[in-house]
Amino acid sequence: MRTTLFALGTAVLVAAAAPVLADRPLPPITNDAVSKECGECHMAYQPQFLPRASWRKMMDTLPDHFGEDASLDPVTAGNIRRYLEDNAAHTKGNSWARKYTRARANGAPLLRISDTRHWRHEHDELPKEAWSDPRVRSKARCDACHIGAKAGDYEEDNVRVPGPNNTWINWDD
Amino acid sequence: MIRFTALPVLAVLSVLVVPAVAGANPGRDAILAELSAQAKDQASGFAGFDAGRGDVLFRHRHTGGKPATPACTSCHGPSPIQAGETRAGKVIDPLAVSRTPERYSDPEKVAKWFRRNCNSVLGRECTAREKGDFITFMTSQ
Ligand code: HEC
Ligand code: HEC
Ligand code: HEC
Repeated sequence: MRTTLFALGTAVLVAAAAPVLADRPLPPITNDAVSKECGECHMAYQPQFLPRASWRKMMDTLPDHFGEDASLDPVTAGNIRRYLEDNAAHTKGNSWARKYTRARANGAPLLRISDTRHWRHEHDELPKEAWSDPRVRSKARCDACHIGAKAGDYEEDNVRVPGPNNTWINWDD
Repeated sequence: MIRFTALPVLAVLSVLVVPAVAGANPGRDAILAELSAQAKDQASGFAGFDAGRGDVLFRHRHTGGKPATPACTSCHGPSPIQAGETRAGKVIDPLAVSRTPERYSDPEKVAKWFRRNCNSVLGRECTAREKGDFITFMTSQ
């Protein structure tokens, strides 16, 4: 009897914990080529932030990637493409990722996470100066504010915004 | 007779030994040797790499590339001995070998970045001579 109860209790605990574990933070990137090749000019963004069609277009246009040549040899590119598509927004049960499945403008896949409707919604309370500050300068620099971004941690209690006189202000203060 | 044969052997030995004494890097030497062979194939008058030309390539504002990146210094900054920054705000270690000793020693890395950056800045591949001049300049800094 006691063992059954214990087993039941454990099952309930596991069930309650599971969605939390699956949701936050985002899983770390486990493909070395993605971490290295897509982390050379900026942090390697988690594939869950864009749907498959966006990653496909991105990998098709690397020689003109946001105004730069980011081309790769075909073998490495193929390996990266597979990982990004397999872990794209709508492929996993992560509840954050599911919010990024709609990423199109005039029918064309968006290439910027920061252009998606959901991303803009999450950031609409930030003052304009937060983006123009020299320590941020670009919306693409997630890790300037989200200190744990590289590890997939975008929690509200771990994010800061640039403040006056070169200080940072914790968002939840 | 013996003295005559020994001389060339000594000459060859000193050529092999000198770069090692100067602290050169075998990976970088191999890359430069390969570029030198290619440069000879590409232009009959090739007479060796030149740090001064590499300096000009590094600093010059080029046309023909992508608008956001007119010069190597757009990302690498004006001084080879100081760090640069990508357009997305990531720090780039200095290009000068004196500051970042492992530079220009991995042939795949070197080929990948010359391909990308010459295309972004110049709108074309760099020639073997330009690449060799650039590495020679950075090795002298
Ligand atoms: C040669 C440098 C370089 C490499 C390598 C590179 N990127 Fe980028 N990437 C950029 C630049 C520049 C931007 C635009 C940054 C900005 O607007 O501040 C960018 C932006 C992005 C964005 C949009 C960020 C936003 O605003 O939401 C995504 C997504 C992206 N890159 C994915 C990738 C992937 C995937 C790879 C690997 C296949 C990769 N990048 C490799 C230079 C690079
Ligand atoms: C200027 C600082 C700044 C930058 C840069 C930035 N963010 Fe944010 N982000 C914030 C703040 C502040 C919040 C919390 C907003 C709120 O909840 O009102 C936030 C919220 C989020 C959330 C929601 C977190 C939650 O708890 O639901 C995600 C996901 C996120 N950001 C991802 C990104 C990504 C991806 C990038 C880069 C493409 C990025 N952010 C760039 C400041 C920033
Ligand atoms: C758009 C930004 C950007 C521009 C413009 C740029 N580079 Fe780079 N370069 C990088 C980045 C990022 C790296 C890789 C990071 C690193 O090696 O520290 C790099 C690396 C290199 C390397 C590899 C060095 C090594 O360690 O082997 C060479 C060679 C190079 N760049 C040459 C050039 C030349 C030549 C130009 C101008 C024609 C140029 N770069 C312009 C961003 C740029």
